Amino acid sequence: MVNTVLEVQNITKRFPGVIANDSISFKLNKGEIHALLGENGAGKSTLMNVIYGLYKPDEGQIFINEEAVEVQNPHDAIARGIGMVHQHFMLVPVFTVLENIVLGSETTNGPSLNLRSPRKDIQKIIDQFNLDIDLDTITEDLPVGIQQRVEIIKALYRQVDILVLDEPTAVLTPQEVDDLFKIMRSLVDQGKSIIFITHKLKEVIEIADQITVIRRGKVVGSAKPDEADQQSLATMMVGRDVDMHLHKKKAEPKEMILEVNNLVVKDANGNVEVDDVSFEIKAGEIVGIAGVQGNGQTELVNALVGMIPTESGTVKINGLPATNASPRKVTEMGSAHIPEDRLKDGRVLPFTIADNMVLNTYYLEPFAKSGIRQQEEIKEFAVDLVEKFDVRTPSAENTASSLSGGNHQKEIDAREFSRPINLLIAAQPTRGLDVGSIEYIHHRIIEKRDEGCAVMVVSTELDEIMELSDRIIVMFNGKIIDTVNADEITKEQVGLLMAGVTA
Amino acid sequence: MTDKNNNQDNKFLKHLKKNWAKYTVGILLIVAILYNYDRDPKVTQAVLASMVRHSTPLVLGALCGLIGERSGIINIGIEGQMLISAFAAFMTTAYTGNIIFGVVLGILTGMFMGYLLAIMSIALKLDQIIGGTVLNILALGITSYFYQVGLSMGQKILPIPLGKLADLPLVGRVLFNNPPITYTTFILVFVVHYILFHTKWGLRTRAVGEHPRAADTVGVDVFKIRYVNLIIAGGVAGLAGSFLSLEAVGSFERAMTNGRGFVALAVMIFGRWTPFGAWGAALLFGFASAMQTQINFSGALDIPYQFISMLPYLLTIVVLAGFVGRSRAPAASGVPYEKEG
Ligand SMILES: Nc1ncnc2c1ncn2[C@@H]1O[C@H](COP(=O)(O)OP(=O)(O)OP(=O)(O)O)[C@@H](O)[C@H]1O
Ligand SMILES: [Mg+2]
Repeated sequence: MVNTVLEVQNITKRFPGVIANDSISFKLNKGEIHALLGENGAGKSTLMNVIYGLYKPDEGQIFINEEAVEVQNPHDAIARGIGMVHQHFMLVPVFTVLENIVLGSETTNGPSLNLRSPRKDIQKIIDQFNLDIDLDTITEDLPVGIQQRVEIIKALYRQVDILVLDEPTAVLTPQEVDDLFKIMRSLVDQGKSIIFITHKLKEVIEIADQITVIRRGKVVGSAKPDEADQQSLATMMVGRDVDMHLHKKKAEPKEMILEVNNLVVKDANGNVEVDDVSFEIKAGEIVGIAGVQGNGQTELVNALVGMIPTESGTVKINGLPATNASPRKVTEMGSAHIPEDRLKDGRVLPFTIADNMVLNTYYLEPFAKSGIRQQEEIKEFAVDLVEKFDVRTPSAENTASSLSGGNHQKEIDAREFSRPINLLIAAQPTRGLDVGSIEYIHHRIIEKRDEGCAVMVVSTELDEIMELSDRIIVMFNGKIIDTVNADEITKEQVGLLMAGVTA
Repeated sequence: MTDKNNNQDNKFLKHLKKNWAKYTVGILLIVAILYNYDRDPKVTQAVLASMVRHSTPLVLGALCGLIGERSGIINIGIEGQMLISAFAAFMTTAYTGNIIFGVVLGILTGMFMGYLLAIMSIALKLDQIIGGTVLNILALGITSYFYQVGLSMGQKILPIPLGKLADLPLVGRVLFNNPPITYTTFILVFVVHYILFHTKWGLRTRAVGEHPRAADTVGVDVFKIRYVNLIIAGGVAGLAGSFLSLEAVGSFERAMTNGRGFVALAVMIFGRWTPFGAWGAALLFGFASAMQTQINFSGALDIPYQFISMLPYLLTIVVLAGFVGRSRAPAASGVPYEKEG
């Protein structure tokens, strides 16, 4: 007998100007991993927030274990055994990991907060699933991949029956994804049920038992993983054929754009993060920086664009010294930066999308004349970009914070691609994007290269590195462990290098 | 094992490095006080007692501010809360002749003001600075309008010496011979610290002040936490008001808070949003004020009094410059929480 643990019927949720969920119905069976696919802005997160009690649906009904329920708030949801790992983490940055995990489900000892017995229980979960995490670290000091684990432990600690994972793999390394899948499988073996949202079709086919596809707020189809392939899923999702393979000409490197010599970068605690790194990028080539998250790539990028100071070494852009130049200086030298954390860096969330589109050019003509903002110009520019890059929003005057996960990314991509540049430093440029948008961004990157731009792509997505790069630099432990031509190496070999194995 | 020891040593060194300014000032002060006590015990004791008196309303005001701000609501209406509570406490005492009624009504009035601020900033999502300003103007208007000249309440609240403790040299008179609201203040510092850092409520309060959405997603009622905290904080400000009219002065005067509510905000920030920090900062302010009075009064120094009156502020600047360490306000303070934002 199939046992439906969660069912939603005709859920509709409207935001000003958009219908995010348009009469959506679907069922989750016990012990099932149910993948939810859909373009950026299709309404996946909204639906999950409705189920979790964060949003009130305008219409529709939720059933849990075949009983009609009303989930008023997350408290109700947790009480009914629903747990959710949000697309954008819900962790208090200044709390320790332990505090974040117990928050909301605290145990007390008389009037005092008791952290000792939860610590033991949590340690058990950590050991059981091999999660390896220090409970006393301040959460904001952790890399995103580890923060993800904190979120999962949070849910496990609450002993959920239904677990919602909203794009958990977007920020994970392949190894971490494998670990996550192991955890998911053992949860399902214990009779729990999982809703799994992702844009990576490969993952869907690998792990899902059932697939539901949403487009523009409506369910447009469902499939079984053994009957579907990536191509058909992509088509169903986007509503047109997607070319999953990138076609590009051979690179024709020209003059030197970026020169990095013996760069050393330390973090706030004095640990060496980038260790004597030298490389160069020429106009007309794409250099991919591969590496497992946390091997110095983040710090390398941040130092190049002036967000953190360097310890020693030199950086030159277009032959001009740019060591420790301010971000504005670096921008004005003709470089563009797509930051790794799209919510923290590079944008002001309470501002409108339009203002964010000119965040690094607002003081220049035509957006400002003699220090006065030119509203019309800004708006026109933004509306044009929103259109071109297919940022899904009812208006460019909406706040940036109202965008869906992937559309945050598209907004920043749109801004950086729309300026005359000769150096593009892109960290995780397609993180959280749907296949259609990835295709679009990849084409833009290659277009920039062919226009004579030097491109540096940092990605934890090995496939992305392999497809885009002309040359690949592999970082390990803060050092460049090898530099190779992309057409002379296999994915497996790069994988080995990323693990620190040299031939 | 050695590793752990090393770690602890490191932590200790780091702590020293970060806080050297605090410790230096503290040690210098203690040395100076001991030296003076040796030379002139009477005056030294008087100055220290006056320091405690000056600091009490500041500590209470700062506690009020930080309870609110830790849960994400900036309260610049402390001045108003204190003023109107001072008034209520005094009027009640003058009419009933019962000081306890007076204190209770002072506290209740403060709580009501906290409730008003909560409605404005949580339910109506009014800008919190404006909400606080409303409180200040409201309090000034109401108290000035209903103020009656010539009303008196009889004896103000008297100190209660704590037996033998009060006879200790130096600290006896200063710490253990105080009126009840002052004792309560000492206790409140510990209580608020305990609640904030060692209870479930405190953990939730801090979460709500840093990242309300994260708290919401684990089932914490953001609005409830903020309401309750603002009301309790209002009660603390009410106690400060009662202190001013019933314990410090023994009557009510127009605008008698005289900016203490705002100084309390500065004290809260110096104290980095922690109760003990606020206590230390308030004592420092209190000490400077006491010194200023003492120097002006004794006429020992031949300096125009305007300069001497600068002392508290000068000291503030010096200490502030030494405290260059990182101090950051709760991340969500000042931002109304929108459930579907
Ligand atoms: N709080 C909000 N206010 C206004 N509009 C919103 C809000 N949240 C989402 N939307 C809109 O609702 C639509 C659906 O957003 P949702 O976040 O559900 O997309 P998604 O499927 O999760 O996309 P992604 O894959 O990019 O995360 C989008 O058009 C988005 O702009
Ligand atoms: Mg989403």
